Amino acid sequence: MNAIEIHNLSKSYGKVQALKNISFEVQQGELFGLIGPDGAGKSTLFRLLTTLLNPDEGSAKIDGLDMVKDYRLIRSRVGYMPGRFSLYPDLSVEENLQFFAALFGVKIEDSYDLIAPIYSQIEPFRTRKAGKLSGGMKQKLALSCALIHRPSVLFLDEPTTGVDAVSRNEFWDMLATLKTQGITIFVSTPYMDEASRCDRIALCNEGSILSIDTPQGIVQHFDAPIYGIRANNMLALLESARNAQGVIDCYPSGEWHHLVANTNFDVSKFESEFNHMDDFIIKSIEPTIEDVFIKLMKR
Amino acid sequence: MKGNFGSFVKKESLHILRDKRTMLVVMLIPVVLMLLFGFAISTEVNNINVAVVASNRTDGVKDAVEQISQNEYFTFCGYISPDQIDSKLRSSEVGAVVVFAADYDRRVEQASKGIPSKPLIQLIVDASNVNTAGSATAYLQNILLKSDAQQAMFETRMLFNPQLKSAYNFVPGIMGLIFILVCAMMTSVSIVREKEVGTMEVLLVSPVRPVKIIFAKMIPYFTISCIVLVMILLLARYLLGVPMSGGIWGIFSLSLLYLVLSLSLGLLISTIAQTQIAALLMSAMVLMMPILMLSGLLFPIENLPSFFQVLSNIIPARWYIDAMRKMMIQGDAITAVWHNCAILLGMTIALLGISLKKFNDKLE
Repeated sequence: MNAIEIHNLSKSYGKVQALKNISFEVQQGELFGLIGPDGAGKSTLFRLLTTLLNPDEGSAKIDGLDMVKDYRLIRSRVGYMPGRFSLYPDLSVEENLQFFAALFGVKIEDSYDLIAPIYSQIEPFRTRKAGKLSGGMKQKLALSCALIHRPSVLFLDEPTTGVDAVSRNEFWDMLATLKTQGITIFVSTPYMDEASRCDRIALCNEGSILSIDTPQGIVQHFDAPIYGIRANNMLALLESARNAQGVIDCYPSGEWHHLVANTNFDVSKFESEFNHMDDFIIKSIEPTIEDVFIKLMKR
Repeated sequence: MKGNFGSFVKKESLHILRDKRTMLVVMLIPVVLMLLFGFAISTEVNNINVAVVASNRTDGVKDAVEQISQNEYFTFCGYISPDQIDSKLRSSEVGAVVVFAADYDRRVEQASKGIPSKPLIQLIVDASNVNTAGSATAYLQNILLKSDAQQAMFETRMLFNPQLKSAYNFVPGIMGLIFILVCAMMTSVSIVREKEVGTMEVLLVSPVRPVKIIFAKMIPYFTISCIVLVMILLLARYLLGVPMSGGIWGIFSLSLLYLVLSLSLGLLISTIAQTQIAALLMSAMVLMMPILMLSGLLFPIENLPSFFQVLSNIIPARWYIDAMRKMMIQGDAITAVWHNCAILLGMTIALLGISLKKFNDKLE
């Protein structure tokens, strides 16, 4: 059985269509990533799947339950961590956890084994007010609260946004641990570099799904030659490279510009044209998910 | 599930207890308002300077002047000549001038024999403050008519509040206002806060019915309101001396009904407002203003334009304040104000019904 089945789901806010006819499945026990920029409709999809919103068209099943008809049942089975910090800042770490345990009618002790790897890290601060925790600790507490009732599907909407790089990495390690417990995890993120931590990912933009595959599969689909270029004057390089023969696209990516070429592209000719620039380097690179995303977005 | 509910109430109480400033305000406002209206702001007439014009200072005139100067509300400032009247009033040196007719004694005598005569006393009052002028006139008439037993053809007696103490009148009004403030405003803000902070999303994605969470939210505010109610009643009885002759249990139980009504109003606002500021403004504009203007708290309902008189019927505070005045000051029992109770009960049921129906367990 699939943990999540989505069929032709559409949702509009007034004239703005936030989701356009989306369909896909998430398997049981899968760590599934929804990757896309802000405004791609990620949060809307989360609110639909957690039954906070009703769809305009289409349907979805969570754990085999219909999102409209059985929404009450779904609510007791899923764990949800919204995009922004949604705990009580004036309550302590412990009080927050106790409240969420009461909300789901469970005892903390009964789920302690599940949350222990996460909660034990913030337990030394259990009397501290949740509002006074650091970003990483807030996320750990929120995750503990979302897990307190042993949900079968966990929805995490941008859990690593606004969290430092070390904590982000730790967070994904925690998700990997949870996956071993058989919990299906549906997670969204705007960071492309986190996509590789997922079993499968869906790239989305402007309410549509661009591609769904494993992170490796997504990258393998990139069918054009791609190069990294750099020089002292990056801006001048970018502008002239875009006009060079055989170049489909050229865009900045970290310390390099990525250059996507077509079959007419001649590396040695390009190199000789640009060699007059100081410290000019061109090298063949492996495409990243970001490259795939940009290519799909421009199509 | 029972222990469940208890932990919601506990969580809500923690929110309130940790917000010490709000707590203090809620507890202090009633006391401050009671003291303010009870002592400082009063419509009572005190220390009005009175000058007298009398061309013949006969025994009758002296007698009347003696009566005025002995009265605690007036201060006698001496005799003046008729052409000084205008300047004395204009400079606010005096608030009222009493002019005795030259043949005052003779006219009094005629009047006592039943012979109709022209006015024998003229009152000239500074009416730039209408309330003061009205009260001063009434008091002066009272004194001067009483000054001559034969003149007392009719006698006014103030019942229930013989000294016309304004505190009496304000206590029910303040109660009508305070409970809306504590119950409606604070509950609506605390519910809307969950929407604004985003915790409402998490609460909704749980097996607990949101109505249960909402009721758990109301209990601490209801408790606070009960404490405030007891505080106000004690202050009213022992500090301001409001008689409460209508029976304390009637007053208490009608107030409890009004508390539930205010909570329902707060719930209704919380279903409409999306931000705390909006909830606050709605409470202030939709609840406070009409209560101040249309409930009879500041202005008697009979003095309102007829449109507003009709409109005042839908203001719950109007019925509550009216019933409270009757029970606290006139000494009516709760049975005498049964129709106020019935209207308030009907309003409570309607408001609770509408807001529970409107309360959505989805985000839109």
